[in-house]
Amino acid sequence: MTWVYALLALATVAIILGVLYRPFGDYMAWVYTSRKDWKVERGIYKIIGVDSKTEQTWQAYLRSVLAFSAIGLLIVYGLQRLQQWLPYSLGLEAPSEHLSFNTAASFVGNTNWQSYSPELTVGYTVQFAGLAVQNFVSAAVGIAVAIALVRGFAYRRSGTIGNFWVDLIRGTLRILLPIAVVGAIVLMIGGVIQNFNGFTSVTTITGATQTIPGGPTASQEVIKLLGTNGGGFFNANSSHPFENPTAWTNVFEVLLMLVIPFSLPRTFGRMVGDNRQGYAILSVMAILYVASFSILTALESAGMGTAPELAGGAMEGKEQRLGIIGSTLFTTTSTGTSTGAVAAMHDSYTGLGGMMPMLNMMLGEVTPGGVGSGIYAILILAVIAVFISGLLIGRTPEYLGKKIGPREIKLAALYILVMPTLVLAGTALSFAIPGVREEVENTSIWNPGIHGMSEVLYAFTSAANNNGSAFAGLTANTPWLNTTLGLAILLGRFVPIVFVLALAGSLAAQDKVPSTSGTLPTHRPMFIGLLTVVTILVTALTFFPVLALGPLAEGLM
Amino acid sequence: MNTQARGVGRTIWVATRAMALLTLVLGVGYTLVITGIGQVALPAQANGSIITNQDGDPVGSSLIGQSFTDADGNPLPEYFQSRPSAAGDGYDGGASSGSNYGPENEDLIAAITERKAQVAEFNGVTEAEVPVDAVTASSSGLDPHISPAYAQIQIDRVADARGIPVEQVRELVAAHTQGPDAGYLGESRVNVLELNLALDELED
Repeated sequence: MTWVYALLALATVAIILGVLYRPFGDYMAWVYTSRKDWKVERGIYKIIGVDSKTEQTWQAYLRSVLAFSAIGLLIVYGLQRLQQWLPYSLGLEAPSEHLSFNTAASFVGNTNWQSYSPELTVGYTVQFAGLAVQNFVSAAVGIAVAIALVRGFAYRRSGTIGNFWVDLIRGTLRILLPIAVVGAIVLMIGGVIQNFNGFTSVTTITGATQTIPGGPTASQEVIKLLGTNGGGFFNANSSHPFENPTAWTNVFEVLLMLVIPFSLPRTFGRMVGDNRQGYAILSVMAILYVASFSILTALESAGMGTAPELAGGAMEGKEQRLGIIGSTLFTTTSTGTSTGAVAAMHDSYTGLGGMMPMLNMMLGEVTPGGVGSGIYAILILAVIAVFISGLLIGRTPEYLGKKIGPREIKLAALYILVMPTLVLAGTALSFAIPGVREEVENTSIWNPGIHGMSEVLYAFTSAANNNGSAFAGLTANTPWLNTTLGLAILLGRFVPIVFVLALAGSLAAQDKVPSTSGTLPTHRPMFIGLLTVVTILVTALTFFPVLALGPLAEGLM
Repeated sequence: MNTQARGVGRTIWVATRAMALLTLVLGVGYTLVITGIGQVALPAQANGSIITNQDGDPVGSSLIGQSFTDADGNPLPEYFQSRPSAAGDGYDGGASSGSNYGPENEDLIAAITERKAQVAEFNGVTEAEVPVDAVTASSSGLDPHISPAYAQIQIDRVADARGIPVEQVRELVAAHTQGPDAGYLGESRVNVLELNLALDELED
């Protein structure tokens, strides 16, 4: 019966996304190609001092991305450090310097790793004026960078790749904000709270006292998911009944996370003038997503491990209303999209089950990946895939009519190297530096033994991939982890963006070469298979050794 | 100042203005609009789905689970019991949390063993009859629900403690059992607070 229910849940999600794919993907393509500004947009450009008709070189585009993100970093850091003087701070003190840095990096970097428990750390003003704003704009930045790369493929002999400020404002006003307003209302109908009540207490029927939390939750919940951010209003994130009250809101939240990443291949196909290219990319994303969901559901339903077998199932850290399937559907989605929200505690998943969210992230967040970051990551892998096939048949590879020469492949290769370097170096240093190792083992790690190593590996995987989920037993609120994870987030976000935009610039400058009989068709099943294998191979070779030390060792013992 | 430095300075100034404007629109404006809609159109949900007793006093939220124990933390036999909770000292609405114990954690294994024995003894059933949700802590620590199976094994004990017919309690449990959403999403469940409140109101 489990399989019938799993299949029905998956089919529900697939059908809704399938119906939305074309109209919504086309809509997003229109948003980023339309020549007309809305009236309100013209007003905004006037206020911020931008000429919307001028496109930028890739260097200027990059400078704008970095400047905008740096300002965001400063504001979120500042708001936290000034918390005790802000309204609605619920009497909370300012978080420490290293925690404030980590949180600021985390929300600006579209990661939403949380070293803190929100109920005990951040008041409402930091939540809505700092964190929620970054949930919108870091998502808009991600889509903007992706669109710039797509323009690289679409443009010919162009010195420019679009205007960042126009992409930022349009993505925010025409895509994110309207869906967020409708989505917040739907979530409130389901029971998600939206108030400024603070903590209130009630006397229960047994005469005890219970605290009921309040807060502007729905407005933040919707954008945390839609923007694939993931930062919970509450510590328990989307397993908190006030964030995710019932099984249908759970599916709605899954759809919010998936709708933009799964529709962007259509936007890509439309902008490069060949919708079949979009379907090919979509297929790779969907194949890996469905495989990951099936494996995780099978593992959690089987419930292997000492504690689950003793209890009679893997329900530790799972909510009754969501059950195993609701939990695994959410986990696959949130770690496959770089959201990192959780509706169940990944730390308490079975040994092998807990490896699946890690694998989703280690794939480089392409199943289907974060808003924007998913499609640019998979396009980089597509460049690698055509390069490999070019080597096999011995001719200069090309993708979508653009030659993949030494410069392009260098940029793609550098992109691929960033994330594994951060993950493996971060994890290794945490255990290699004597003083740090002591702190990590005595303070940070919650579960002893192999599982504790997995907690640290998970943390750096999550940070470097801008996911934000955790094996949450780990106490990350220490100077070492706050600082290094914060740096991993910033480097994991912005260094790849440098390479993506440089690649966009280099592609845009090229003319298109006409396709010949020797050109590898990149919309056929063969290429879909090739790209899927390349995606898995890059991950497997990089991460197998460390996975063998952690989850594989635990799950197979 | 050379041209490039001027370019960077100008970009930072644009970025600052853009961030300030977006903070006003997305941080303040959007939050207030959603709060307004919630408070006007959906006040019950927006304020936490609070439930009240017959006197109209709030006794909790239908979405947030509670402990039904005495001051020393011993389970009260006349109330259906919730799942174990890792939120604070148990069902602390100010500190949502799961246990985060891994599947091989010795403390978790010991806790499950102990809970199993306790639940079996408390309800007069064998350990094999104790369902999984009765011995595992939820993700939020605030799970308002238990499985119908866990409710079933508590019926005799509750009826006995209250001195009311078993059949009456059984009917009440049936009335408070919800199937999966839309018939196939999520699990069947029983809202513990609503069930216990209905039991109390039965006797008044």
